[in-house]
Amino acid sequence: MGTNVLRAEGLAAIRADRLVFRDLFFTLAPGGALIVRGPNGAGKSTLLRLIAGLLPPAAGQLCWQGENALLDLPLHARRIAYLGHQDAIKPALTAAENLGFAASVSGGSIAEALAALDLARLADLSARLFSAGQKRRLALARIVLSKAPLWLLDEPTNALDLAAIACLARLIAAHRAAGGLVIVASHAELSLPEATDLTLG
Amino acid sequence: MTLLLALVRRELALALRHGSDTVASLLFFLVVTSLFPLAIGPSPTTLGRLAPGIVWVAALLATLLPLDRLFGADFEDGSLDQLLLSGLSPLGIAAAKSAAHWLLTGLPLLLAAGPIAIMLQIAPARLPALLAGLLPGTITLSLLGTAGAALVLGSRRPGTLLPLLLLPLATPVLIFGTAAAETDAPRPELLLLTALLAAAAPLCPLAAGAGLRAAAE
Repeated sequence: MGTNVLRAEGLAAIRADRLVFRDLFFTLAPGGALIVRGPNGAGKSTLLRLIAGLLPPAAGQLCWQGENALLDLPLHARRIAYLGHQDAIKPALTAAENLGFAASVSGGSIAEALAALDLARLADLSARLFSAGQKRRLALARIVLSKAPLWLLDEPTNALDLAAIACLARLIAAHRAAGGLVIVASHAELSLPEATDLTLG
Repeated sequence: MTLLLALVRRELALALRHGSDTVASLLFFLVVTSLFPLAIGPSPTTLGRLAPGIVWVAALLATLLPLDRLFGADFEDGSLDQLLLSGLSPLGIAAAKSAAHWLLTGLPLLLAAGPIAIMLQIAPARLPALLAGLLPGTITLSLLGTAGAALVLGSRRPGTLLPLLLLPLATPVLIFGTAAAETDAPRPELLLLTALLAAAAPLCPLAAGAGLRAAAE
């Protein structure tokens, strides 16, 4: 992951004929973290979806290693682990089964990912019985499992208790130490050392 | 390719857990076809003549039944975003969903159609053509259904919109399917059904993929 650099050049987004943000510039080097802040509705989630390639930018360019990242979306998708507001957890499946598809994408180990979020004990439990915080942790386990260099986390601390937030901070630190990039949209204080702040709205 | 299979496996695993949803369309097919002898009387000549049409219309309607959940559940719980970010192309996602839909709906219908047609007093000589038509026909319906389900995703009333969009598109399949089971030489009709499948196989996933991308915005 040594040379992975994400650069935004004048990004703009329009939702329902309303300009959400414009002229957004930032550069994220390997090991870098960007915290997107702003009041509700400022466009934090929109920015994350835009970087993920789920939403086309109204203007500007997103570059990965100096090349337009959004030209080949399936290729871009492989660089990304995305945590949305929703956990994308199927209540009918067990915790381990919920990660099954993500594991076949990345080839990672489900058991290790569950252990990283302290869910190993619950691997065979139906996700229907999970609390909101446990579901959030399961969704974070999917991020750990992905092995993607760029993590996009939309309000990752929602529903998490203090121990889980500390665990998340450790996981992000480990990801950055391995050369990964992190972009977090958050209104809660999440302590990320040497993170760049980007305030919207 | 392994990812496609993994997605089909995931769909099948989910469907097995939601067992009632899965058998619902098959039960619907059985119930609707059983209503016809009650409504038009058990006379073998009348029933036998209507049997192919009854089987086809019921199969078409039963195929529609699970479509609003095909992408609906994934759309609502955020799984669709994860699928689009899995590295599979939207076309691949749609193809896998079509395959799962056919395995869970089309294939059981195909297996049930024979006994049902016999119950409806179909002429024994017509049965092979009926089933031979249902094979490409149900696959085409699954493909069309996937495209329709993806296109109405995110609309306010997908459940109402979907049949209105799909039923007109499905009429050629219905026409050639029933025609094949009503003639002594069904070869042209069966070839036309296969041609419809050959056209739908690349086009429907393409349309469905575009619908998925649009819905995710």
